[in-house]
Amino acid sequence: MSTRIDITLTVNGEEIVETVEPRMLLSDFLRDRLGLTGTHVGCEHGVCGACTVRLNGVTARACLTFAAQVDGARIETVEHLGTVASLNRIQQAFRKHHALQCGFCTPGFLMTVQEMLETLPLETDEEIRDALSGNICRCTGYEHIVRAVRELADEREGAAA
Amino acid sequence: MKPAPFEYLRATSVSEALEFLQHDDAKIIAGGQSLVPMMNFRLAQPERLVDINAIAELTEISEDGADIVIGSLVRHAEAMRSPLLARRLPVIAEAMRHVAHLAIRNRGTVGGSLVHADPSAEWPLLVALLNGEIIVEGPEERRYLAAEEFFIAPLVTDIGEDEILTAVRFPEPPSGAGMAFDEVARRAGDFAMAASGALVQVEGGVIRDLRVALGGVGDGPVRASALEEELTGKPVDAVSVADIAELACEGLEPMTDLHASAEYRLHLVPVLVGRVLETALARAAGGRA
Ligand SMILES: Cc1cc2nc3c(=O)[nH]c(=O)nc-3n(C[C@H](O)[C@H](O)[C@H](O)COP(=O)(O)OP(=O)(O)OC[C@H]3O[C@@H](n4cnc5c(N)ncnc54)[C@H](O)[C@@H]3O)c2cc1C
Ligand code: FES
Ligand code: FES
Repeated sequence: MSTRIDITLTVNGEEIVETVEPRMLLSDFLRDRLGLTGTHVGCEHGVCGACTVRLNGVTARACLTFAAQVDGARIETVEHLGTVASLNRIQQAFRKHHALQCGFCTPGFLMTVQEMLETLPLETDEEIRDALSGNICRCTGYEHIVRAVRELADEREGAAA
Repeated sequence: MKPAPFEYLRATSVSEALEFLQHDDAKIIAGGQSLVPMMNFRLAQPERLVDINAIAELTEISEDGADIVIGSLVRHAEAMRSPLLARRLPVIAEAMRHVAHLAIRNRGTVGGSLVHADPSAEWPLLVALLNGEIIVEGPEERRYLAAEEFFIAPLVTDIGEDEILTAVRFPEPPSGAGMAFDEVARRAGDFAMAASGALVQVEGGVIRDLRVALGGVGDGPVRASALEEELTGKPVDAVSVADIAELACEGLEPMTDLHASAEYRLHLVPVLVGRVLETALARAAGGRA
């Protein structure tokens, strides 16, 4: 049985060469091997969205992907968005609108919102709620997250006009 | 929890995948969106995983004569955005919006969904509605299966351990046909408590072809044959959808589970069938305005 797999990938713009056991989940690889603990692990069955990362440009559940599968891939995690000293625009909107309390769900939401802003019209709040449905938050009641996304979507339209 | 150890092999062609499947306990991994949760809970512990994500020949959506062929590795999100499908079978994109959430649609595949065979899933219902043909390749032969042959029971299909689903082929829909899909789920993206799709062709004011498929109310996708027979050949103006939608419940024995009771599912069926029939009729050339 082949128990070790060599993988080469780009994580947040940096080339990584590692050897992994086939059963290692991408979420554990990012957290335990690379120390990128921004990617959170809630349910490990695809339901909560806390582990959402970008895989070759689109969002994916890190808990439903094996590290062995991402050989040659490009991955971005929440650490790629901004830093504490310099928050990116989505993070600023979350802070302004109190879109987080404990913050456990936040990395997943940020990664999802980034893709939503790139790909969806987001004309109505209902559409925003629909697109956020894959991320669970036990603190905020979602209202403030929707407000943050609303502001970002409106701002995007302003910039495009 | 974490998955049990396994051997990982990445196939780059269908023939290589078939070779790798020659093993006592091998399983294909496509999007991993149904299989990996089961492995994380150790409900599935395959000794060998055959990754088919690098098989380029399975990723296409194409036309073959009048047929539309969707490769098994096409992701839900790709089917949703495909201009070809939007033109030929727009009901597919309409259904895909209900499949899970953004990140899961980005990874999950047509083939994985069909082989996983959740009775509430959208792809099996679409295959039943559109008279699709599921193409399965094995070491010896290639097989072509209709929905009623492929889906056997919840999470059980006719595919063998040594076979791979390569594509699903849809015949050209009847000319001018109107189609529609709708479902009811607890939350956006959750599995449907009940789902329905309809396809209607109207010619000279008469319903020529009518199909209604249901999900979430049986062992797999089902066609509402009593309703189909009742309406086919009828003048479209004489049809009162509200009066006949109940017929779609004939012969159904839905399950009661955590998500919904059998009674509630039976309540949803005529509601959904009414909606999709009205929409499909309005969309059919020569149908209701
Ligand atoms: C939170 C959540 C919500 C979801 N909601 C929905 C929903 O509302 N509707 C819905 O339809 N689905 C839903 N899904 C499931 C999702 O659509 C999956 O993508 C799909 O069921 C399986 O596709 P996959 O490519 O991920 O398959 P995998 O998980 O890779 O495989 C599933 C099974 O199919 C087999 N298999 C895969 N491809 C092939 C092939 N080509 N040939 C032979 N065998 C194959 C595998 O061996 C395995 O047994 C949800 C999933 C999650 C995690
Ligand atoms: S940990 Fe991956 S979705 Fe919950
Ligand atoms: S802020 Fe606590 S779970 Fe969302």
